[in-house]
Amino acid sequence: MADLHFTDAVATDGERVAIDLALGDNRATEAEGERVVRGGASRRRGLRHLLLPALHALQKESGWISPGGLNYVSEVLQVPPAESYGVASFYEMFRVDTEPGHDDDVVHVCIDPACRIDGADELIASLEAEGKHVHRSPCLGQCERPPAVFIQGRKAPDVVPADAEPFVLPQAGDGNLQLLKRLGVVDPTSLESYLEHGGYQALTRALEMGPEAVLEAITDAGLSGRGGAAFPTGIKWTAVREAEGADKHIVANCDESEPGTFKDRMVMEHDPFALVEAMTIAAVTTGASNGWIYIRGEYPQATGRLENAIAQARDAGLLGDDVAGSGQSFELEVRRGAGAYICGEETALFNSLEGFRGEPRNKPPFPTTNGLFDQPTVINNPETLLNIVPIVLEGAEAYRSRGTERSPGTRLFCVSGRVVTPGLYEHAFGATLGDVIAAAGGAEGDVQAVLLGGAAGSFVTADSMDLPLTLEATREAGTTLGSGVVMVFNASDDLVDVCQRIAEFFKNESCGQCVPCRVGAVRQHEMIVAIGSKPMPQDKRDLHEDMVKVMADASICGLGHTAASAIKSALALGLIGADQ
Amino acid sequence: MTTTTETAVTISVNGSDVSVAAGDTILDACTAAGVDTPTICYGPTLTPVNACRVCVVELEGSRTLVPSCSRPVEEGMVVQTETERVNHSRKMVLEFLGSGVDLSQAEEITGWMQQYGAQPERYDNPERMNEEVKIQDDLYVRDYDKCVLCYKCVEACGDDAQHTYAISVSGRGFGARIATEFDVSLPDSACVYCGNCVAVCPTNALQFKTEFDLRKMENWRPEDQSVTTTVCSYCGVGCNLELHTQDERIVKVTSPDDHSVTWGNLCIKGRFGWQYVHGDSDG
Ligand SMILES: Cc1cc2nc3c(=O)[nH]c(=O)nc-3n(C[C@H](O)[C@H](O)[C@H](O)COP(=O)(O)O)c2cc1C
Ligand code: SF4
Ligand code: SF4
Ligand code: SF4
Ligand code: FES
Ligand code: FES
Repeated sequence: MADLHFTDAVATDGERVAIDLALGDNRATEAEGERVVRGGASRRRGLRHLLLPALHALQKESGWISPGGLNYVSEVLQVPPAESYGVASFYEMFRVDTEPGHDDDVVHVCIDPACRIDGADELIASLEAEGKHVHRSPCLGQCERPPAVFIQGRKAPDVVPADAEPFVLPQAGDGNLQLLKRLGVVDPTSLESYLEHGGYQALTRALEMGPEAVLEAITDAGLSGRGGAAFPTGIKWTAVREAEGADKHIVANCDESEPGTFKDRMVMEHDPFALVEAMTIAAVTTGASNGWIYIRGEYPQATGRLENAIAQARDAGLLGDDVAGSGQSFELEVRRGAGAYICGEETALFNSLEGFRGEPRNKPPFPTTNGLFDQPTVINNPETLLNIVPIVLEGAEAYRSRGTERSPGTRLFCVSGRVVTPGLYEHAFGATLGDVIAAAGGAEGDVQAVLLGGAAGSFVTADSMDLPLTLEATREAGTTLGSGVVMVFNASDDLVDVCQRIAEFFKNESCGQCVPCRVGAVRQHEMIVAIGSKPMPQDKRDLHEDMVKVMADASICGLGHTAASAIKSALALGLIGADQ
Repeated sequence: MTTTTETAVTISVNGSDVSVAAGDTILDACTAAGVDTPTICYGPTLTPVNACRVCVVELEGSRTLVPSCSRPVEEGMVVQTETERVNHSRKMVLEFLGSGVDLSQAEEITGWMQQYGAQPERYDNPERMNEEVKIQDDLYVRDYDKCVLCYKCVEACGDDAQHTYAISVSGRGFGARIATEFDVSLPDSACVYCGNCVAVCPTNALQFKTEFDLRKMENWRPEDQSVTTTVCSYCGVGCNLELHTQDERIVKVTSPDDHSVTWGNLCIKGRFGWQYVHGDSDG
C-alpha cells in the first residue's frame, strides 16, 4: 500500500475553484486525513465516479487538462494520477497536448458522411482561415442540418449554433404519431405544459397496475431495444426486478454517437419530461432507486433541458424519496460523456460513468446482475424507454396493432443525406425503405446507395426500396435497422471517400483494448485508402474477408464485431473496389 | 489436473469430458484435458483482462468465440479448440500483432505464429507502434515498440500486486500506450522499482537494463545462463529469488509465480539490490 505520489505541478487558484465547484459537497479528503489507496472493487465505491465531472470542470477552466489541475483532481478524488491521465486521454473533449492554441475555444466540425457530402470541408477551411481552433469531429448527431458544428467554450458555455434555429418536426400534426406526438407541441421547459399534454398519466397508471402487470404488458407488447441490439425489454426489466441486491440502477443510454443518428437528441430536447417519466416507471417497476442519464458531451441543449426537467419533477414530488406518493425513492442524475463513441456500448458506459477508461467489459456477467457499480442495472436507449408510455397507457394489444407480428410498434428513423426534407420521422415497423424516403420528400437525384443502421450497419442500393423495415426482414436481407439511420447518397456522391471515412471512424473510435479491433480497424483503413477508386484485387478481397471474420468472431464488443460490415457491403455491392 | 470434488463441473473439450473445480475457467479445463492453448494477456497471478483474444475457443450456443482464459466453466459446456474458426482467429490475432509490433524477443509468440501460419507480411506499409526505447534509469528499460498492450504490467503495478499505480493505459485505439501521467519519466512518477511489471511482460518490452546492455553488445546468451534459487536476505519476509547468472555475474532476478510468499512479485531490494553484490550500482 502506498500513498499517492504526485509530480510537482500545482493547480492554479482558478482550477481549484472550478473543480471544487463541480464536486460540490463530495470532497471528502480533508476529513479523511491520511488516506491510502485501496485496491480493486472498493475503489469503485469511493469518489471516483466524479472523475469525469471534475475533468470537465478543469477542461472548461483551463482549456486543457493541465498537469497541476490533474494532480489536484487526482488528490481530491484519491485516484492515482497515472489512471486519471489514462482516463482523460481517452476522450476527444479533453486535451492533454500542448499544441499552439490548444487552450482556445474548440470548434468541432463533423466530418462524417452526411456532413462531408454537404460542405464540411469548405466550412473547416473557412474557419481555419479565420484562425479558429477546429477539431474534426465524428458525427455530432445533427445530421439533418449539415455541416454540423459544436463549439466547446473555454470559460464559456458550450453551444451548438444551430440550436438557435426554430425546431421543425416534418410530420407535425400527423395523428398517427405515438412517440413524437408532443415534439414541437409541448413546452419542453415546463412540467405544467407536459402535464397538460398527458404527462405523468403513464406513471399513475403504472403505479395502479403494479410491477408484475407492467412487466407483463411490456413483454406481451414485444418491445425490443432501439439502441441497436434489439434485445427484448421485458426480459431485461424482469431480470433486474428479480436480481438480488438492494441497490439497483436505471441508466438511460443517451450517448448517441452512431454516425447518422440524432433521434435521441431531438426527443431529449423537445420532450425531456417523457424520458424522465419513463425512467421513473422503470424504477418503480424494477425496484431501482438510482437513475442516471449518461448523455454525450456534445449535446448542451438536451443536457440543460433534462437537468431542468429533473429539477421540476423533483420539486413536484415526482422524483426523490417518495415518488408520486408511492413510497418508493428514485433519484436521477445527469452525467456528461466527453466524446467517445465506444461509451455508448453499455458496459463501456458503466466504466466511463464510474471514472474508469471507457473500455467494454467482457460478458457474461450481464448488466442485469452486474451492471453499474457491479449492481443490477437496466440500461435502455431513450427511444426504447419512450415506448413504455403507450404500452402502459393503452395496453399490449393496442400497442401491437401497429407494426408487424415480430416487430410490433413504431420506429424512429433518422433520415439524412440526399432527401428533400431530412429529419426525424416515426413510422410503423413494416414501412418500406422507399416509403421512408418518400415521406422525407423523396430522394434528391438518383439514389446510388443508402447507409442503413449507421456506420455499424450496411449499405443497400436502389434495388432495396421495397425492403420492409422490420427486424426480421432486414436481418434476412443481411442488413440492420441499427439505430434507425437512413442516410441517402445520390450518383454525385463519392462513395470511395465515404467508405474511407467510415473505416477511419472505426480506427479512431476503437477503444484499443482487444487486438482484433485495435489492429483490424487500422489495417482495414489502410487497405481501403490504398485501393482508392481502383479495382480491389482478389488477394486483397480475401484478406479483407479474413479480417472481417476475426473481428466479428473474436472482438470483445459490438464495435469490433461490426467495424467491417459497412465496408464489406460496399465491396459486395460494387460501390467500391469494383472492376471498371 | 482433473479434480473430482463435490463442486466439480464437467464440460466437453474436443469431444472428451473433463472435470474441473467450479470457478475454474475453460482454459483450466483445456489444460486439464491436455490441450495446449496460446495465451498472451493471461497470467496465473493476474485478474483476466481478456484483451489479446489469442486464447479464443468455440463454445456451443455462443454466436462469437469466447476467451477461454476468463470464461468460467458451466456444467455441460461443449468446447472446441481446433476448428477452422478457432485456428483462423488465433492466426489473425498473431498476424495483426506481428504486423505492428517488434516481436523479435517474444519467442513464445513467434512460435505460435509459426504454428498457426500467421503471415504479417501480407499487409502493405502497416502502421507500427513506432516507439523509441525509454532508458530513464539503470534498473530497467521500456521499449514500447515491443508492446502488445496486454495490460499485464498495469495490473502488476496496480490492483493485482504492487498497488502503486505508476502506469496506466493512456490514449485510445491504436494510439493507446502504457504510460505514466503525461508520460513523465519513471523516476518522476510513482514507480518504486519493484520490477513486477518487468516480470510479467510477455514480449521483453520491459527488460532489465543489464539484459538490454548485453543484448546491445550481442552478448546476451540465455543458453549459457544458470539459475540459482535462494531466499532474499534483505528482510524477514522470505521471498524466493531466482538469480540468473551469465559469466558469473547476476543478469536478472525473478521469483517463481507459484511461490506462496511472492506469487512472482518482489521489491526493489530483491529485484535490483544484487547490483550491490557487484559493487557497480552507480552505473
Ligand atoms: C460501439 C457501440 C455503441 C453503442 N452506442 C449506443 C448508443 O449510443 N445508445 C444506445 O442506446 N445504445 C448504444 N449501443 C448499444 C448498447 O450497448 C445497448 O445494447 C443498449 O443501450 C441497450 O438498450 P436497448 O435495449 O434499449 O436498445 C452501442 C453499442 C455498441 C457496441
Ligand atoms: S471490439 Fe474494439 S471497441 Fe470493443 S473492446 Fe475490443 S477494441 Fe474495444
Ligand atoms: S517497477 Fe513496480 S512500481 Fe514501477 S512501474 Fe513497474 S510495477 Fe509499477
Ligand atoms: S509493456 Fe509488456 S506487459 Fe506491459 S502491456 Fe506492453 S507487452 Fe504487456
Ligand atoms: S452530424 Fe455530421 S454525419 Fe451526423
Ligand atoms: S489470453 Fe485470453 S484473451 Fe488474452
